[in-house]
Amino acid sequence: MSNEYEREPVPPEAQLGFGSFIGQYAGEHTAGTELMIGPLFVAAGVSAVDLLGGLLVGNLLAVLSWTFLTAPIATRARLTLYYQLERICGRRLVTLYNLANGLMFCLLAGSMITVSATALGVWFGFAMPQLNDVYPTGLGWILAVLAIGAMVTVVAAYGYEFVSRVANIAAPWMVLVFIAFGLVGLRQMGVTSLAEFWPKAQSVIWTGGAPLPGQIKFTFWHIMFFAWFCNMAMHIGMADLSVLRFARRSWYGISTASGMFLGHYLAWVTASILYVVQLRADPSNTAVLPGPLAYNACGIAGVICVIVAGWTTANPTIYRAGLAFQAIMPRVSRYRVTMVTGAITTIVGAFPAVAMQLLDFVALYGMLLMPMGAVVFVDFWLSKRFGFQPNYAERSGTDFNWAAGLTWFVTLAGCALLVLRGGVQLYFVSLPGWFLAAILYLALSRLLQRPVAAGIPAGVQPL
Amino acid sequence: MTMAARVLSWLALAGTIVPPILFFYDRVSLDQTKLWMLIATVVWFAAAPLRDESARPE
Repeated sequence: MSNEYEREPVPPEAQLGFGSFIGQYAGEHTAGTELMIGPLFVAAGVSAVDLLGGLLVGNLLAVLSWTFLTAPIATRARLTLYYQLERICGRRLVTLYNLANGLMFCLLAGSMITVSATALGVWFGFAMPQLNDVYPTGLGWILAVLAIGAMVTVVAAYGYEFVSRVANIAAPWMVLVFIAFGLVGLRQMGVTSLAEFWPKAQSVIWTGGAPLPGQIKFTFWHIMFFAWFCNMAMHIGMADLSVLRFARRSWYGISTASGMFLGHYLAWVTASILYVVQLRADPSNTAVLPGPLAYNACGIAGVICVIVAGWTTANPTIYRAGLAFQAIMPRVSRYRVTMVTGAITTIVGAFPAVAMQLLDFVALYGMLLMPMGAVVFVDFWLSKRFGFQPNYAERSGTDFNWAAGLTWFVTLAGCALLVLRGGVQLYFVSLPGWFLAAILYLALSRLLQRPVAAGIPAGVQPL
Repeated sequence: MTMAARVLSWLALAGTIVPPILFFYDRVSLDQTKLWMLIATVVWFAAAPLRDESARPE
């Protein structure tokens, strides 16, 4: 639905009901990468209270971010993020944003291809990557990634509608397979009734010991901030303005709870249980390989789930990356851009480093795009109150709003400094980063904006 | 056809989740669980598109 009304507000007759968003968010956030993230929490030595409590609070904060930050702007302006940014920042700055966004989508889709390739390893038995591997592990692995990457790319270029349909069909079944992973895993660890769950959870499953070699220790705060910020680009970063602009009411933002509590709670927890089963069977086998994990629990149905989950989410991600790049090179056909994007993504997928370091990558992804979310927020709600003009690029005719550009660059430099020199971990830096970006944009806009002539379109304003 | 596809798809969903529940309560083996889940998966992907197709507006 995001391809319609790209440069105009969504009209009332095109707006959608609450149910449409529940299904969409549940499907989008039950992805192949959930099978990586759950095990990586275990590798980080998380305890039961920290995991279950951190996920509860973090996911709730994510839902509230969509509901109270993204949806109110989406349902008032009813514009895509790209168009809204273009009006605020100007075309050249949006091009830079598209480049960063497209590259991040490529890396994300690459990790999804990595996940799907681990499923092929179950059948063909080639050497698969270990937890700390960076480079491809052999010819078999490369061929598997190439096969899946080629399939995903061709479908993204030709038949996106088909995959979208498969994703919708698979969604209810996939959620049940994720629940099955948990049930089978719990039974394999000796849990035979619900009453036994909590004692076993604390003493056997998520014991909170030392992290595995090469991993950092995760606490409640790591889990909470990760769950909150892993989709930061979508809520606080405002990318889902493009989705929620179709919502009839602002409170529909709460529909994101379906994705958070099915995909980012249930699926992460059950995937982590499968990894604990593997570690208990062989403590030296620390590899996080969704294919074998799923096969051991649910057989071929589990492997199909890994392939479908990875494929159906890699496809729209490549498609979105292609759209972002095409915006930079509008003369090149979308087909050609998508094919090149898919080739880059496939190469990324062959390197297991991104998938194995997925927790860090996802945190970085959110941080990189977050400042532009702060720019949109301040521009929409605070510009009049603080005496500067909203949608300055559109009003002034500039193609590079330096207030927004400097906000982005200085915030990222500040966050990088905090991580590299200040000893602040990547997971925690985006919260102060958002406030820094908001204050910077406000101050720089007041400082740098020049009066513009009357009669220039005022754009969409808060009601 | 529509009704048959609908019934089959519901049965397939049940076939996906009931075997792991029975395995959890130690009523079936893991191999039986995997087999029933595979059958249910095949049925689901065969029946669900037909059910959805019939639900689409003309």
